[in-house]
Amino acid sequence: MSTLILTLITGVGLGALYFLVASGLSLIYGLMHVLNFAHGAFLTLSAFMGWMVAQALGTDSWGSFLLSVLVGAGVGAVFATLTELVLIRPLYERHIEQVLVTVGLSFAAVALFEGIWGTDPIHIGGPPWLKQTTDVLGARIPNTYWVLMIAAVLVLAALVLFLQKTRYGMIIRAGVENRSMVTALGIDVRRSFTLVFAIGGAAAGIGGVLAMHYSTFVSAHLGQTLLIFAFIVTVVGGLGSLTGAAVASVLVAVLQQFANFYLGGTGDFIVVILLALVLLVRPTGLLGRKA
Amino acid sequence: MNLRQAQGRGAAEERSIRRFLPALVGVVLVAFMAMLPLLNLSLPGILPTPTYLPGTLALLSLCMVFAALALSYNLLLGSGGMLSFGHALYFGAGAYGLGIALEHFGVPLWPGVFIALIGGMVIALVTGAVSMRVSGIPFAMVTLAFAQAGSVLVRRNSQVTGGEEGLSLNTAQVPDFLIGVVNTRNLYWFTLVVLVLVYLVVLWVDTSRLGHLARATRENEQRVRVLGLSPYRVRLIVFVIAAGLASLAGVAYMLLQSGTVPRSVSADLTITVLVMVVLGGVGFRWGAIVGGVLYTLLDQRLTVLAGSEAIAGLPDMLRIPLSEPLFLLGVLFIIVVMFLPGGIAGTIDAAVRRRRGEKVRGSLRQLDDADDSVETPAEVRA
Repeated sequence: MSTLILTLITGVGLGALYFLVASGLSLIYGLMHVLNFAHGAFLTLSAFMGWMVAQALGTDSWGSFLLSVLVGAGVGAVFATLTELVLIRPLYERHIEQVLVTVGLSFAAVALFEGIWGTDPIHIGGPPWLKQTTDVLGARIPNTYWVLMIAAVLVLAALVLFLQKTRYGMIIRAGVENRSMVTALGIDVRRSFTLVFAIGGAAAGIGGVLAMHYSTFVSAHLGQTLLIFAFIVTVVGGLGSLTGAAVASVLVAVLQQFANFYLGGTGDFIVVILLALVLLVRPTGLLGRKA
Repeated sequence: MNLRQAQGRGAAEERSIRRFLPALVGVVLVAFMAMLPLLNLSLPGILPTPTYLPGTLALLSLCMVFAALALSYNLLLGSGGMLSFGHALYFGAGAYGLGIALEHFGVPLWPGVFIALIGGMVIALVTGAVSMRVSGIPFAMVTLAFAQAGSVLVRRNSQVTGGEEGLSLNTAQVPDFLIGVVNTRNLYWFTLVVLVLVYLVVLWVDTSRLGHLARATRENEQRVRVLGLSPYRVRLIVFVIAAGLASLAGVAYMLLQSGTVPRSVSADLTITVLVMVVLGGVGFRWGAIVGGVLYTLLDQRLTVLAGSEAIAGLPDMLRIPLSEPLFLLGVLFIIVVMFLPGGIAGTIDAAVRRRRGEKVRGSLRQLDDADDSVETPAEVRA
């Protein structure tokens, strides 16, 4: 029973991490139809920056932990905004080239990170509480999972509030629905593109710093590994659907944890099988709109 | 004979020259490449040794393997309009398939090659049939996921594949003339044959009814469906052929390197091939070859440059970017995509056509237009 609970809760925690990466991807795809391969690079850079901040202020304190998360979000947002302005905007409406540019960026960025911080993973300490476990019905849950879940819930709530209640959120939703109509009403949709990139980058940045604490190390390839699962999550959940991304991240991660525990470490493989099944039954994804 | 007839004949001759010129250039080039191991040519700065020595022959063979792989990817992206991020899976299937067949089934080389090719194509048939449920960008993501699963399988099952260490070629099953540094020139000729073979198959597909249909499907899928034809089947066949050719390149890679590592199944390799094809020019067969060769040479040369003393003496700001070949190649790739969308071949082709006063085609942009017409709107809901 306790292993069941342990697997379930760690699955949800891992799902929270996937959601942090996938939410930005899904929003960007929904609005701009751009598959952002550089998302992993945003995440990795934020993780490295978060690591430097935490290192400078002492890794044990909660203050430096929170500050490193904030810095990670900021770095992710700035990096993403620059990417949108410099690389994506000149290729407006040419989706394949936009994808290729982000591929090139992630290619170059990973190599550059390796050059700056080396190819070996760097280990990191955090507040001592993160290393401990909490007892839930006999299962000892590592505390990092709670942090992941809290962060993901906060990000999800913020995104929902933003999309539903603010003027820019409304423009973004309308832009996804019918971009030419929004433009015809005299609203500059391109500004919301930059905004969506910044939001996605910030979410990925938070995810990056937390992923670093979750795996207790940071390396130049941190982002790429997570990115592939984020892709799977966005396709399974339905491209462009935020709720779909949230549901699918939890589903994918829980399934992955269960398969890892009960089926002899086949988690990654099972996830791909799930992807194939979803595509066969529902090519638009769980919550994707019918074509 | 009056003047007009003479002019007519002249034009006809010019047309036939124009038609046969590429074939002639191709034959001459292949003959020249075949002679290289017997010649003593040096290209300092590009090739490490004179052409008859194993160092250069091995490098050129690697160039040809990647040119073959790039050609197979160009068939997929250029002719079929399918942006796949999982092409390395089939290359790896060829390399690992051959290795496993020799190591664990104990078959001789040629049946092993056959098993590797069939294996690669069967994997392509299954994964392709599933991933073609979606098209465009989602297709790219799904193929990436499949390749990732393949990569995980290779890394995990270390009894069969050697895990992270990689799998080395069981030389007991390979004929002696393909083994060892002394016989590099035989391997060189073998990879040349593979490249020519891949080129001919791609040429045949492109000029056949199948290629015609594939291009029609790329341009306007609905129209093809209205004509009572099946776009799905056409795409799948092209996908499987491209995968088979990639497996062949993988087989050549395995023989050339006498081993393979998990990187040959990874998403990294697919992206590398994508860079080669876009650099060379999407939709041009010779562009893919140029891209493959150029990339491999650049990668090799930049790595040498990165280790050189001139770089080590520079301040950090310059030293770190310049000592990472992949960083430079990534930046080059971004520049090509942004400012030279046709790649090398596309730009040259456009210049030649413009001089002749013909219409210019932009292959990547064509892909985009086709992509837009089938795109399904997505929705953000909260």
